Amino acid sequence: MKPASFDYVRAEDRKEVLDVLRREGTEARILAGGQSLMPMLAMRLARPGVLVDVMGVPEFRILSDDAAGLTIGAGVRQAALGALPDLAQRHPMLAAALPWIGHAQTRSRGTVCGSVAHADPSAEIPLLLLALGGEVRLRSHRRARSLPAGEFFTGLMNTAKAENEMIDSVFIPAAKPGVGQAFREIGRRHGDYAIVACAAVADGAVLRLAVGGVADRPMMRSLPQPGDPTLEEALDAFAWDLGARDDLHATARYRRELVRRLGRATIEEAARCRA
Amino acid sequence: MNAEAPLQANGGTAPWTGRSLPRVEDAALLTGRGRYIDDLGAPPGTLHAAILRSQHGHARIESIDATRALALPGVEAVLTRDDIQALTTSLVVGVKAPVECWPIATDRVRYMGEPVAVVVARDRYLAEDAMDLISVRYAPLPPVLDPRAALAPDAPVLHEGLRGNLASDRSFRYGDPEAAFAAAPHRVSVVIDYPRNACTPIETYGVVAEYEPGTQSYDILANFQGPFSIHAVIARALKVPGNRLRLRTPRDSGGSFGVKQGVFPYMVLMAAASRITGRPVKWIEDRLEHLAASTCATNRATQLDAAVEADGRITALAWDQIEDCGAHLRAPEPATLYRMHGNMTGAYAVRNVSIRNRVVLTNKTPTGLNRGFGGPQVYFALERLVQRIALELGLDPLEVIRRNLVPADAFPYRSATGALLDSGDYGAAMEAALRDGGHEELLRRRDSARAAGRFYGIGYAAVVEPSVSNMGYISAVLTPAERKRAGPKNGAQATATVSADPLGAISVQVASVPQGQGHRTVLAQVVADVLGLRPEEIRVTSEMDTAKDAWSIASGNYASRFAPAVAGAAHLAATRLRDKLARIAASGLNLLPEEVEFAGGRVRARGNPDNALPFARVASASHWAPGTLPPEMEGGIRETVFWTPPELTAPTEADEVNSSLCHGFIFDICAVEIDPATAGIRIDRYVTMHDCGRVLHPGMVAGQVTGGFAHALGAALYEEHAYAPDGSFQTGTFADYLVPTATEVPDLRILHHETPSPFTPLGAKGVGEGNCMSTPVCIANAVADALGLPSITLPVTPARLAEHVFPPESEPPARVRPTTRPTATGQRGLSGEGEAVVDAPPQVLWDILFNPATLQAIVPGAHSVERLTDSHFRAEVTLGVGPVRGRYVVELELAEPVPPRSVVLTGSAEGGLGSGQGSGTVTLEPTPEGGTIIRYHYDAAVGGKVAAVGGRLLDGAARVVIGQFFTALANHASGGGAKRLGLLAWLRRLLRTGGRA
Repeated sequence: MKPASFDYVRAEDRKEVLDVLRREGTEARILAGGQSLMPMLAMRLARPGVLVDVMGVPEFRILSDDAAGLTIGAGVRQAALGALPDLAQRHPMLAAALPWIGHAQTRSRGTVCGSVAHADPSAEIPLLLLALGGEVRLRSHRRARSLPAGEFFTGLMNTAKAENEMIDSVFIPAAKPGVGQAFREIGRRHGDYAIVACAAVADGAVLRLAVGGVADRPMMRSLPQPGDPTLEEALDAFAWDLGARDDLHATARYRRELVRRLGRATIEEAARCRA
Repeated sequence: MNAEAPLQANGGTAPWTGRSLPRVEDAALLTGRGRYIDDLGAPPGTLHAAILRSQHGHARIESIDATRALALPGVEAVLTRDDIQALTTSLVVGVKAPVECWPIATDRVRYMGEPVAVVVARDRYLAEDAMDLISVRYAPLPPVLDPRAALAPDAPVLHEGLRGNLASDRSFRYGDPEAAFAAAPHRVSVVIDYPRNACTPIETYGVVAEYEPGTQSYDILANFQGPFSIHAVIARALKVPGNRLRLRTPRDSGGSFGVKQGVFPYMVLMAAASRITGRPVKWIEDRLEHLAASTCATNRATQLDAAVEADGRITALAWDQIEDCGAHLRAPEPATLYRMHGNMTGAYAVRNVSIRNRVVLTNKTPTGLNRGFGGPQVYFALERLVQRIALELGLDPLEVIRRNLVPADAFPYRSATGALLDSGDYGAAMEAALRDGGHEELLRRRDSARAAGRFYGIGYAAVVEPSVSNMGYISAVLTPAERKRAGPKNGAQATATVSADPLGAISVQVASVPQGQGHRTVLAQVVADVLGLRPEEIRVTSEMDTAKDAWSIASGNYASRFAPAVAGAAHLAATRLRDKLARIAASGLNLLPEEVEFAGGRVRARGNPDNALPFARVASASHWAPGTLPPEMEGGIRETVFWTPPELTAPTEADEVNSSLCHGFIFDICAVEIDPATAGIRIDRYVTMHDCGRVLHPGMVAGQVTGGFAHALGAALYEEHAYAPDGSFQTGTFADYLVPTATEVPDLRILHHETPSPFTPLGAKGVGEGNCMSTPVCIANAVADALGLPSITLPVTPARLAEHVFPPESEPPARVRPTTRPTATGQRGLSGEGEAVVDAPPQVLWDILFNPATLQAIVPGAHSVERLTDSHFRAEVTLGVGPVRGRYVVELELAEPVPPRSVVLTGSAEGGLGSGQGSGTVTLEPTPEGGTIIRYHYDAAVGGKVAAVGGRLLDGAARVVIGQFFTALANHASGGGAKRLGLLAWLRRLLRTGGRA
């Protein structure tokens, strides 16, 4: 369990990172918090030729929460997000979900953007980004672009990010007043990958439920309001359409049940929180 | 003064023993100053080893080519079977059967993770680089993973010498079980499949081995835990006399729980590597190696029947146990099956017993010592049975337990199968547990929860915890005639040395090898009491060195033997030294030795404390003035005691086995509630009552009970060494092998009832393993009670309970197709299907499939495609998903061709990250527009390292790779040329062409 040899670049600014990506292409990987990448290197599941450490780049330390929303740079650790003043008031879903992401030790190293780039189908941060209508801001040496989360995640650990691009930051719009948010998760143990994670947003007459841990990426659907007799059927259809599969930790059937039951509970909580 | 003398109070205050003194170990351990094997440094010139391991559960090794690995600068050797077999002999196998047990694969691999080659290089990184360059060709064989299936006449056979997979089959009979069953009004049965798990010490195995050519001897440092009977096994394997194998252990070892007994095959491998390279060789196991291939507890298939009277009294038990020891019978297996032999009636007075014990081999990691050793498997069956008896007879389970317990006036009690239960009052301990554990309150909670429609259950377990194993119990696997030929084996020798130095300070040395338990603290307490000193004045060392220490085959830290045996031996050695010092002091104080007492750091006249000498002066006298010692007295400097209890006799002609010296008692109560929304299990209360004889250190006893409980909670709810049907190991990381953390472990209510053992010097019994035996079944009984389930399979997961908690599920909508369906062999595998429409006729696609040049363009990540025959191709490819990439050799075969309409594609991949096999049917259907609809469906299985560490994502990843192939085929036919497509591009194409993978 020792990595194969690689070159290590501790980048000093954004341009240096983007130049390495341009030059090395698929051989380069961004190293941020290292909570997924380092074990993969140690097990030789991944063997990039160059690691570009972005944690020393000042531009990536941006963490700002203004009237438009929350901008989280590539170098911001999950613990730093969790320590943001007024997070629970301004972004209640984030505040509710952060303690579910791994453990205090992994959050103190892991970054928000790193989890988005890794695109694990059971990870919480991609799910939150999708549920909250977040955007992924990408950069290459040539251009900057922004993709809605729903377009960014394309499959199992696959995203719309090009080889020469990196995630510069993610953006989460400010919660509109009166919008209800809720997050719930079931894992085998505290801190484990979600068997099913649900994130719901109740915005006036619109009610959306995003589900992680079941399909090959987080998936979102608009659903009827609690109390609507068609809700149960809609949840059942969502549960089936996610294509749950058996694995070591849960059966497909158990996942579908959780989508129905946990999904309903999450929706109801979001609706209750709606002003 | 002798061993029976009461412990001496120190300076008139209470004895140190029995108090929760701060542990002397903690200061170092808590400040990062532990001295573990990997911290100790290695001799200059030490080489580092990495082990190439099997990616298959069962396969013939066709060839091993290490040429490229050996060419890497800094690589000193690559050892395979021939190198090892030239220097060593097979490890001893514990049954009389024509099987061998080598530490490295010989003709074939029999479990995933089995060593295939050892790379020895300048450093570990380089060794692992070289490992990637070794090419092994395997011919996969069908695996057998289930112990019952292993006995089928057509089951794949692991060891040809055995013909089948049955390594041992013994039947035992005690009393008259047939008559009891015939006479009993009820027969109650349980059928159990007890899963595999292990206690996962945080520090993995480590070995530093050095061959000394001048003396033709080996010096091995390893974090081995004993028993040191294994020293003989290693010496024989290395073909040296015992005095040319020096085995040492580091001061600290990061947990073991039995598991580090299993390091010994690696001692043989590294010793051979050192001999071949002429340099010291160091190997530290990594976590994947540890989880996949170190060792684990046995899984066992059991049927247990009871003959039962109407009032619940059990008159006979009939055991049928099939023990699964994995791919090799590695010493001391099949000991897991026989460790409990004397205790097969548990805490109950049952006089008629029949037992059939079969040992089978399967394509899984060889088993070995693990906390609880044989107890969890036995008690899971026995205590599930007791609950079933209560339910089937309409009785309170507590009444069934009460009516069967060994009565208090029967001790010492000889069980039907030969155990001599030393002491106890099981009934009183159980009633105290019910009273002090708040049982009435739990019953009320259950009533009110059930009235409200909630799932609430209460379980019980009554368990006898054996400790201090009889080294002879394992010989019960042999017939009495075989035992007679082999000579008697018995006993449990413990050793301790207490010595005084020239300044009169006291040192204690034991052959015990602790892994964090606090032996040094307790031994200081015990010896301080004997000598009237303070514990901090006593220095205890517990590193082992077989070249210098007093030791025997029973030495080591296992079978919960520290408190009853090792601490007892230290007490005896200290007492012997004290008796000599008393004679020395008596002459100086003008007293008879009987009038001398040791207290407060002084040796003084009993009843006249002013007539005294400093302890140090007396204790140092033998160094400075040996001529003044009393006549006929030797020494006074160093006393070594070898203690073995006479009760541990060899198995009798009738196969009665006193398998352990001490027998503690445990009575557990567990209350659980199952969440109707999530099927989650919450432990509302857990009460555990222990009688472990005299408690030497209450804090450490609580630590042992709590730690055992946490391990057992893992076994009950979280942990399983899981294998896929193809033999792939699936739990190679702690993301898949789920060990409970502090968050998952509920508070325990620990209670005590003390009946000292009459057979141990201090009256103590072992307490290290009991909850591993009682807790899994107690939790299972509670869950069964909550949901009304007749049987429970461990680990009890919410997903397994789902069908009992939730109402039946609705039918899936018609548009949803099943994504997992049975494969041809009826086993779960990965399967899928897809289709794509292309604007080229079928013949174009056909030609692409049969042409190496175009195949190269469509096989994902192909570097080269070589045509072996017209329909058989070999390619070097890089495959992966996201950042995960690995290089593989892929073989593709096209069969049953119906040009240009359909073909069966069979593929296999073999690489550093694992292996995969699959087959699929491709049909090419022309469209009216001159294009083709490609339809495919496939069944596949992926194994090896990726299955062990990435199982959660593996099916999805394989689906992506297979989809890549067909998408590329479609693209290529549509005129995409030989260009390889980016992932995004093919996904877009996939969506556009309507593909579904």
